[in-house]
Amino acid sequence: MRLLRPILAFLASIILTLLGLLAVTFVIGRVIPIDPVLAVVGDRASPQTYAAARAAMGFDLPLYQQFLIYLKNVLSGNFGQSTLTGRPVLEDIKAFFPATIELSSVAIVVGVGLGVPLGVLAGVRSGRWPDHLVRLFGLVGYSAPVFWLGLVGLLIFYAKLDWVGGPGRLDIYYDGLIEPRTGLLLLDSLLAGDTEVFWNAVSHIVLPASILAWYSMAYLSRMTRSFVMAEMKQEYVMTARIKGMSECRVIWRHVMGNVAVPLVTVVALSYGGLLEGSILTETVFAWPGLGRYITESLFNADMNAVLGGTIVVGVCYILLNLLSDLVYRLLDPRAHAA
Amino acid sequence: MNNARSWLLADQPASPLQARMGRFYTSWLALSANPLALIGLAIVVLLLLSALLAPWIAPRDAVYVQNLDGRLQPPSLLHWFGTDELGRDLFARVVHGSRITLMIVALVAIIVGPLGLIIGMVAGYVGGWTDRILMRLTDIFLAFPRLVLALAFVAALRPGIESAILAIAITSWPPYARLARAETLMIRRSDFIAAAIAQGASAPRIIRRYVMPLCMPSVVIRLTLDMAGIILTAAGLGFLGLGAQPPSPEWGAMVAAGRGYVLDQWWVSTIPGIAILLVSLGFNLLGDGLRDALDPRQS
Repeated sequence: MRLLRPILAFLASIILTLLGLLAVTFVIGRVIPIDPVLAVVGDRASPQTYAAARAAMGFDLPLYQQFLIYLKNVLSGNFGQSTLTGRPVLEDIKAFFPATIELSSVAIVVGVGLGVPLGVLAGVRSGRWPDHLVRLFGLVGYSAPVFWLGLVGLLIFYAKLDWVGGPGRLDIYYDGLIEPRTGLLLLDSLLAGDTEVFWNAVSHIVLPASILAWYSMAYLSRMTRSFVMAEMKQEYVMTARIKGMSECRVIWRHVMGNVAVPLVTVVALSYGGLLEGSILTETVFAWPGLGRYITESLFNADMNAVLGGTIVVGVCYILLNLLSDLVYRLLDPRAHAA
Repeated sequence: MNNARSWLLADQPASPLQARMGRFYTSWLALSANPLALIGLAIVVLLLLSALLAPWIAPRDAVYVQNLDGRLQPPSLLHWFGTDELGRDLFARVVHGSRITLMIVALVAIIVGPLGLIIGMVAGYVGGWTDRILMRLTDIFLAFPRLVLALAFVAALRPGIESAILAIAITSWPPYARLARAETLMIRRSDFIAAAIAQGASAPRIIRRYVMPLCMPSVVIRLTLDMAGIILTAAGLGFLGLGAQPPSPEWGAMVAAGRGYVLDQWWVSTIPGIAILLVSLGFNLLGDGLRDALDPRQS
């Protein structure tokens, strides 16, 4: 019973939130200044043709029925046709999404790898210079516009120093050499045993992933710091110290054990933020992911594609958000009491 | 000097004015002990001054008048930040751009603050089903990805600065509603609210006169902390071409305009970007400091 309640509440809030998201995208799809019927029949069509097309497209139905039809379509994966690529939006998303996942996954690994140790350091040495340094480094990452960091990063590390690969996922020379299996280039090239392509892909992903990671590192180190500081005040820490345990062991065995659960939820949250943040990064780095797909479609007034992409990013974000909440409730006994 | 100090720090203020000034002074003492917060404050004051005095710092003509003979000139004594791809003085454009940034931030704050306050206070004070429905709605909006949704909104409305402001506002009110509700729930149980009810004050009056003033500090702190995010989102929309439109000197749009020249004329893109970074860093530092100074519970 104790476990059932949060799970039921979780399911209810997922359904409600997803319905809300679809309602918002539905409304956005209705208020666009472009008349979708006119876009199909052209402005020289007779009123009869126009009316017939309108009826065929379902625009003469009452609004709530239109919404139900919209729901049915989206739930069955039918986001409509993209006018830009001429393919179903779902096909496009399948083609573009892996690039985004690859980018944000590498970024979260870097972000956690840097953010958590730095956060622990700042928490243990709170109020002294390591703390201030970590805080300032994080704040700069938090405050810098991602698109600008991308441009400056490309200017310095690609154009001037030539340390990393340029925009895109690969040099043109290697393009199309690897048969896409998972869609994740790093994985595919390893599966194919082609280390040359793998290292080329690595050189291309390093810069955009680090820039994204800086942002999440800022958030993660900040949260880790406050979690660690709260734990360090607990009595068990003093007990462990009195027992003569080394400070290192106190921190990594005891404190981190208690910090782990809230940390997992924070990591999940910032992964959702990365999916979103990749929109701007992808634009700067010509990264063929979902974010770039959404913005390109935007400029071509391809609303089906924009809304389809919005729904996919939105659903991932919402699921991560709510899942992290659920994990926290299930794993942390203190949350049951509240 | 010493007298003023003891008047401000009096344990038993003789008038509401003295009490208020005293509180303000102690907050200032706490804030000014934090060097990072002071740097943030200085940056924000600099932004305000440059927005206020823009026409006197740099002539307005320089923002728009093109000079194709003098395009893409590096920073020099004549053009401190160099010139852009149309020969316009970048210093003048950055200075006048601060007005746009400030306007975006102010408008979003004016929409988001009251909206969140009203929803949160009503939910918290009335309780019951009103509370449940309003908070469900808040949670739904809270779970949405902000930038993506703002993008879709702007696309549906029409690219432009008004749409960008509206889209940012629509996606950023939920935390304020949550905050105001939590504060209201605490305040509602106080004795002075019971006294006001006993005197026959109506619910709207209690909310306006007694609950709202007490909710304000946390809302203001949260707004300061959010400013950086608002500035970055607005600049991001501008960069994508969905926010302020050229020739407006909006910083994000200016970074985008200089993109094509970044390899040889680094300053065109880099300098407006530094402006964005500085201002958002300033708000972050100030917000952090304010939170530590005014709201020790959260630090």
